[in-house]
Amino acid sequence: MSILANHTQTPRATTQTDTDPPVGTSMRKKSIQSRIVSYVVLVLGSLAFLFPLAWLVSTSLKTQDQILVYPIQWLPDPVNWSNYVDLFDVAPFGRYLLNTVLLTVGGVAGSLIGSSIAAYAFAKLRFPGRDVFFMVMLATLMVPSWATLIPSYVLFARIGWLDSFAPILVPALFAAPFNTFLLRQFFLSIPNELDEAAKIDGASTFRIFWSIALPMARPALIIVALFSFLTYWNEYLLPLVYLQSDDKYPLSVGVANFIGLQNQDFALAMTGAAIAIAPCLILFFIAQRWFIQGVVITGVKG
Amino acid sequence: MTATQTPHPVAPNAPTTADERRVPRRRTAARQEARTGLLWLQAWLVGFALFTAFPLGFSLYLAFTDWNGRGTPGFVGLQNFITLFTADPLFWQSLEVTGVFALIYLPLSLLLGFSMAMLMNQKLRGVTVFRTIYYLPSVLSGVAVAVLWQFVFNTDYGLVNWLLSLFGLGPVNWLQDSAWVIPAIVIMQLWGVGSSVIVYLGGLQGIPSELYEVARVDGAGFWSTLRTVTLPMMSPVIFFQLVLGIIATVQIFTQAYIMTGGGPNYGSYFYSLNIYNQAFTNLRLGYSSAMSWVLFVIILLITLLVFRTARLWVYQPNERK
Repeated sequence: MSILANHTQTPRATTQTDTDPPVGTSMRKKSIQSRIVSYVVLVLGSLAFLFPLAWLVSTSLKTQDQILVYPIQWLPDPVNWSNYVDLFDVAPFGRYLLNTVLLTVGGVAGSLIGSSIAAYAFAKLRFPGRDVFFMVMLATLMVPSWATLIPSYVLFARIGWLDSFAPILVPALFAAPFNTFLLRQFFLSIPNELDEAAKIDGASTFRIFWSIALPMARPALIIVALFSFLTYWNEYLLPLVYLQSDDKYPLSVGVANFIGLQNQDFALAMTGAAIAIAPCLILFFIAQRWFIQGVVITGVKG
Repeated sequence: MTATQTPHPVAPNAPTTADERRVPRRRTAARQEARTGLLWLQAWLVGFALFTAFPLGFSLYLAFTDWNGRGTPGFVGLQNFITLFTADPLFWQSLEVTGVFALIYLPLSLLLGFSMAMLMNQKLRGVTVFRTIYYLPSVLSGVAVAVLWQFVFNTDYGLVNWLLSLFGLGPVNWLQDSAWVIPAIVIMQLWGVGSSVIVYLGGLQGIPSELYEVARVDGAGFWSTLRTVTLPMMSPVIFFQLVLGIIATVQIFTQAYIMTGGGPNYGSYFYSLNIYNQAFTNLRLGYSSAMSWVLFVIILLITLLVFRTARLWVYQPNERK
């Protein structure tokens, strides 16, 4: 590379020194200008991205009357915290919250277990058809969830699982393509000599998986856990389809039904949305670098 | 056998017997490993069989039946597909809404995501702060976001119309006007463009700086550097984002279901809303299965098309020309 750079640079370097002062200043001026433009665009963009969130928080701290005030009061005066109490009276949001936590904990645990086992098989164990199976797994990314939803519903109805968490959590136990792909990449980077050595020492496959592979894939496990958290915390379609009684609903269904019932109470609706969003935001600020690493590795939407 | 072979039976024969013994042992070891591998694979294979392959086959069967979930499905041949394509205006409407949405949203998200990543790929102070801000909304999704944006687009008290009014524009009936409802949902989806920004930024940072150096020395300006260095080097990333984007975009559901219910006048009646209503409101399980298979085939065809054209525009460093 350096050879190439030198080769092309030498003849031009001389011409550049001749005309250096004017070109240099105009270029520097240009770079300062483009820098300023970049900053202005980035700042305006950031404002546009933050506005809806600021508005969400602000609205959740207002009374119905304050919402209708024009121009918009960004800082409510007085700040009205009562929505965060009232919400739990108008609908069983405590129950919804608990259900969401249960579904999320189960979903994250299931995803970690199923995906890491399958990913280890794809990365480190030799068996006939392994690469074909791996391609098949990646190909299932193209299957729209709609094509499997209706028969799955019929299946779960037949075995009496409707209105329980089972139709959501049992499939979570089995490896999902993205998680498996990510974990496989990490397992592949573990040198084979390491498992060979452990095998010679008489360690079982599970032992090697548990005490060598899993600890080394810790970053991938964290990433899988974070993305699964977002998935199960926000999941709407599956609870909507499979759950029927109010005391089983998670936040997503609860908030949606609440909007359907009281279309005009914006303050309470925003409060519900704020409660649903808050844990994702907190998690984001705690684990931002893992999220970013995960997005870069898999190219998935967050 | 050994006695007739050589005058020195012990020395040359020792390795042979050891080999003979080792070969079957190695074979059993391999078989053992294969058995373990297949056992571990069940963590995916059982789920694949029960929750993907079986339902997919079953819905293909249902697509040729008329069934409301009770009794046995009645076989109707191609009737569902014939009705869909010739006598169901809502099928075409929902297909159009989804197609128009994808055709607006996908290029915009690519353009916006890519240019924001380019902006942030400069040596600017505070870039990590911007990265955080842009990425933040894309970890949020689902009902809460839809509820938030429903209010953001509110005609009388919403944020967007307030902003427009500062410039003397509006008010726009975002969610009640069939001309504006798709742009509104596009804007809302673009709020989550941050994850593509991160992906593109990761890709941009992986481009060797020597390439830019060479382009600069050759006197290439911004646009020709973009065309000859940045875009070719980024084309695999763009390709991957495009494929995943298409698959996700044609299945969009929650946003429209919460914000508009498909209205006004079916202006945001996305294809998946149509499937959902046919299946769970009208209980036409056969018909909606046929619809979901049409969607599956559409996804397959588009993906195939994108992969086929990839040769023309995706840079493959190991390819021989």
